[in-house]
Amino acid sequence: MTDREAQLEQEKIAALTALEEVVSTEALEAWRVAHLGKSSPVMQAFSDLGKLPAEERPLVGRAANAVKQALESAYAVKSEQLRQAELERVLASERIDVTLPGRAVQRGRLHPLNQTLREVCQIFRDMGFQIYRSPEVETDDFNFTYLNIPPYHPARDMWDTFYTDKDGVLLRTHTSPGQIHIMRERAPEHIRAILPGTTMRYEQLTARSEIEFIQVEVLVVGKGITFADMKGTLIDFAARAFGKDARTRLRPSYFPFTEPSAEMDVECFVCGGEGCNVCKGTGWLEILGCGMVHPTVLEYGGYDPQEFSGFAAGMGIDRSTLMRYRVDDIRHFRNNDIRFLEQF
Amino acid sequence: MKAPLSWIKDYIDVDGLNIEQIAHCLTMVGLEVEGIRLVGLPKPEAERHEFKYEGLTWDREKFVVAEVLEVLPHPNADRLVLCRLNDGTQELIILTGAPNLYPYKGKGELAQTLKVAYAREGAMLYDGHQPGQVLTKLKRAVIRGVESFSMICSEKELGISDEHEGVIILDADAPVGTPLVDYMGDAVFDISILPNMVRDASMLGIARELAAVTHRELRLPQGIPLPQGDALSKRVSLEVLNPELNPRFMLGMVENVQAQPSPYWVQRRLNLAGMRPIDALVDATNYTMLETGEPLHAFDYDLLRKRAGGNPPSIITRTAQPGETLTLLDGTVQPLDERMEVVADSAGPLSLAGIMGGMDSGITSQTQHVLLEAASWNFINIRQTLSKLKIPSEAGWRFSRGVHPALAEQALRLCLQRLLAWGGGRLVEGVLDAYPLPPQDPVVTLTEEEIISRLGAPVSLEEAAGILERLGFECTLQEDKLSAKTPPIRLDIGEGLIGKASLVEEIARIYGYERIPSKRLAVELPAPVFDTKLEAEERIREILVSLGLQDTVAYRQTSPQREARILPNQSIDPKHEYVRIKNPITPDRTVMRTSGLATMLELLEYNSKFRPSLALFEIGPVFLPVESQLLPNEALRLTVGLAGLREIPTWQTKTPEQRDFFDLKGVLEALLKGLHIPEVNFRPTERPTFHPGKCAEVLSGERVLGVFGELHPMVQEHYEFEALPVLAAELDADLLVALSRVEFEHQPLSNYPAMVEDIAVIVPEEVSAAALEAAIRQAGGKLLVNVRLFDIFRGEKLGLGKKSMAYQLTYQAFDRTLTDKDAETIRNRIVRALAREFGAVLRSQ
Repeated sequence: MTDREAQLEQEKIAALTALEEVVSTEALEAWRVAHLGKSSPVMQAFSDLGKLPAEERPLVGRAANAVKQALESAYAVKSEQLRQAELERVLASERIDVTLPGRAVQRGRLHPLNQTLREVCQIFRDMGFQIYRSPEVETDDFNFTYLNIPPYHPARDMWDTFYTDKDGVLLRTHTSPGQIHIMRERAPEHIRAILPGTTMRYEQLTARSEIEFIQVEVLVVGKGITFADMKGTLIDFAARAFGKDARTRLRPSYFPFTEPSAEMDVECFVCGGEGCNVCKGTGWLEILGCGMVHPTVLEYGGYDPQEFSGFAAGMGIDRSTLMRYRVDDIRHFRNNDIRFLEQF
Repeated sequence: MKAPLSWIKDYIDVDGLNIEQIAHCLTMVGLEVEGIRLVGLPKPEAERHEFKYEGLTWDREKFVVAEVLEVLPHPNADRLVLCRLNDGTQELIILTGAPNLYPYKGKGELAQTLKVAYAREGAMLYDGHQPGQVLTKLKRAVIRGVESFSMICSEKELGISDEHEGVIILDADAPVGTPLVDYMGDAVFDISILPNMVRDASMLGIARELAAVTHRELRLPQGIPLPQGDALSKRVSLEVLNPELNPRFMLGMVENVQAQPSPYWVQRRLNLAGMRPIDALVDATNYTMLETGEPLHAFDYDLLRKRAGGNPPSIITRTAQPGETLTLLDGTVQPLDERMEVVADSAGPLSLAGIMGGMDSGITSQTQHVLLEAASWNFINIRQTLSKLKIPSEAGWRFSRGVHPALAEQALRLCLQRLLAWGGGRLVEGVLDAYPLPPQDPVVTLTEEEIISRLGAPVSLEEAAGILERLGFECTLQEDKLSAKTPPIRLDIGEGLIGKASLVEEIARIYGYERIPSKRLAVELPAPVFDTKLEAEERIREILVSLGLQDTVAYRQTSPQREARILPNQSIDPKHEYVRIKNPITPDRTVMRTSGLATMLELLEYNSKFRPSLALFEIGPVFLPVESQLLPNEALRLTVGLAGLREIPTWQTKTPEQRDFFDLKGVLEALLKGLHIPEVNFRPTERPTFHPGKCAEVLSGERVLGVFGELHPMVQEHYEFEALPVLAAELDADLLVALSRVEFEHQPLSNYPAMVEDIAVIVPEEVSAAALEAAIRQAGGKLLVNVRLFDIFRGEKLGLGKKSMAYQLTYQAFDRTLTDKDAETIRNRIVRALAREFGAVLRSQ
């Protein structure tokens, strides 16, 4: 081994030892300049090659090359180590408290009544029903007389009515006037429709009673429509709305525009029929009134009651939404208190 | 209607049915039982109780019938007595303070013992001294030196009524030692009576329905035979002037009666049925009304005779004469009009027909001779009178729903029997019966096919006939036809086709809705008709919700004052037309709304104290009267309201920015784009509600969709807004719906790269952004695919009245990659056009 070779070997040991001390990119750069830079011993060895005797040159050249490669690869390893360490340090410094609240996104919502109304409409659409709407300010004839409730009929007591200052004009007390409108439009075609809309009753405004509320009327008119068809249709509706195992019952009731008339109860979905406050201990919730369309109504609607029959049903969207979410005050719906609406 | 079980059992044998089952049967025939009050009887066993129970059960061991043998004074208290009592097993001394036992004090052994309800130690009963019904356990105590461990009960303690003045004295035949629950344990059904079933607002009616559905025999009470003879016609005369209003009027008479207490069982039943027992005479009429459904009225014959100057009175039923008034039993003086029917005599009106008797002619505790009226009245006329005078009246409630004239006779016979039995006295021979207008009880025919085609259930004609007969119809079956004559107890069965519907309902009720099968509609679907309006309305909701806005549902009713708040001076235009409500519930709900904006501002006001940032919308009609129309136009409006901060402050965004005009405009732009409304454009406008410089119209082409802006500061002052500023829009939703498109052509996507460059032009201040952009697009042609304003700059360097508008322009072709040269050509075209139109100068780069 020549002196030169020995020097290079020493330089390698010295440089690698120095590299072990390096802990920053700045120090690494200084190390690189010192040990691999132009004036470093290794590079110097290359430029000094010409000064060596010819027979030493290849030996020293090889040795310098070997040292240079060794230092370069050590440098690369160190550089990668430092990069990793730096990254880890940066990442560690960027650690956040993931339990902080997320950035607030303002979400829009449908009003709970419109949510229920949509669900009901969708169920009936699935069952092949069309949707039909009619005015909220109505004539006495459409709201009462054509529905087999002549003036001064005791049945008028069933609806507390808002009248307007125009004779014979009132705020509809139910969606049933729509029955006459759609029948007159469609006769003698058959009908399978629902009639959603806002209705108004003269009541005291309290936690339990509203003056304005949304109803959905169901109307089927055709040839050979029977009570059994009504029962089957409404049971299907209840199964879709309240779950397929929901028990229902029909019991006789009275509406002037249907005969026979019935009230449909569904097993209380709060207590499962055991009896609770919501169902007043009966295990049943009244969900809709229904019946076979009265011959007089069919006639006013332009259908021959000898030939046609039909059934109608009516349900309250407010009431069912109230029961569903156990809302304690029906006025919440139209007060539109944001703290209430945001819950749906 | 409150129906005690014991009373119903007078007419039907209910063996084998418990209270729960009876209530179920009643409910399922249309007599909905809303609750059951136990008055002694235990709550029945049932797999599932379907009714609300309340009340008290009397323990068989603890409550028995006992007899008081002697009433002794209390050694230390004047207001207490000691009773020597036999409870059937032993003799005991019982302490009581009941005033109704004082008269027997110190009288020695009673010749006739007093039967009482006796509660032993440990009995659970209601505390007589506390208001309401407070359950308590009877405990041993020493009262004034005498030990007390049991008691003689009052009605209140047993849950029969609120009466606690004295103890119950049972009828003399009460069997001593019998458990009280066996002697008079009861349950009261609270039944909701449907408007067409007033016939069942009676114990007999309820029993009839129960008998029909359970196939049991109905025992009709007969009463005494109709008195024959002409004695009565010599003591009173009768004339009916309007048969239409008064189809029947009957009179009967009992003389020398005594207004003494009724037997205890009568008092108890009346109490349970919700009527206060008074005396034998009043009780007899009330009892008979509850039993039959026919309201009766009792006159004091002597008072009538006095009014007639000592002559036999002449009863006449007629309409009131103008100016007549009548002082009713309740003490009110009612003005009468010529449409009101009255019962009168020669001295004037005696009673308001079918509604309430007069103060001056009714029976009192002094009455000796009772003249009893059983009549029938026109239900429409009664209803008109009731709604005019607004008098609460049990009789009026019944007559206004239609009471069959045949019931008058049945009720008269039964009531005369009770007057005699409970009040003593002697029957005056004969009755007066003016029956000028007997109703035609409809005869309805049905075939099996007609029944099945309506019900969809296999009800045979024989079964139908059986049902109707149990309800009292007279049925004949001929070949394949059932003919049913309506029983003379009801007026709700129609004729012809309507009668068939009525009868099918009767058959279905009793046959059982539960037994009718369920079928799916088999008829083919009707031809499609779409409510495209609703679909578009729902799309509007969908889009606005997706933009983070809250949907609301608003009241239609408001007042002109409330709507005037949206105007700076709040003045109500007297010419503004409203749908006015004749009977508003409150002064702030007198009209139907004409402005969606007024609604929205109220919603924002209400909520601004809860949230610093609000974004609401509402879709609903306003009601616009049209002169030539009876009904108003119901115009659908969409209102949007934004208020306060752009977002809720958080730990990240401590002070979010306030919303401004362009937040609202952005919402509208997104909505209209989502609805594919064509040619949307905006232009400045002014409305009193809005800031004059921050108000715009939104249009589709030349059609105005609506107006929006920031609230005018003077309008803002009318509200208590905590979240500011307030921005609102009111749009014609009918027009949005009409213009919105679900069918549209999509924009193809180019596969060639786009070139993007920025230009800034200096233009006079008055050049609008819209005009500038339109000109850029026009000049840019189809290769200019996007224009985005990214900066507006004003400064001294530009000169007064100038602004620099900086746009990012995107060029793209569908068939090639554009070159710099292409871009230059387009840019030069744009710059030239802007220079020409607006005097624009390119701002040096």
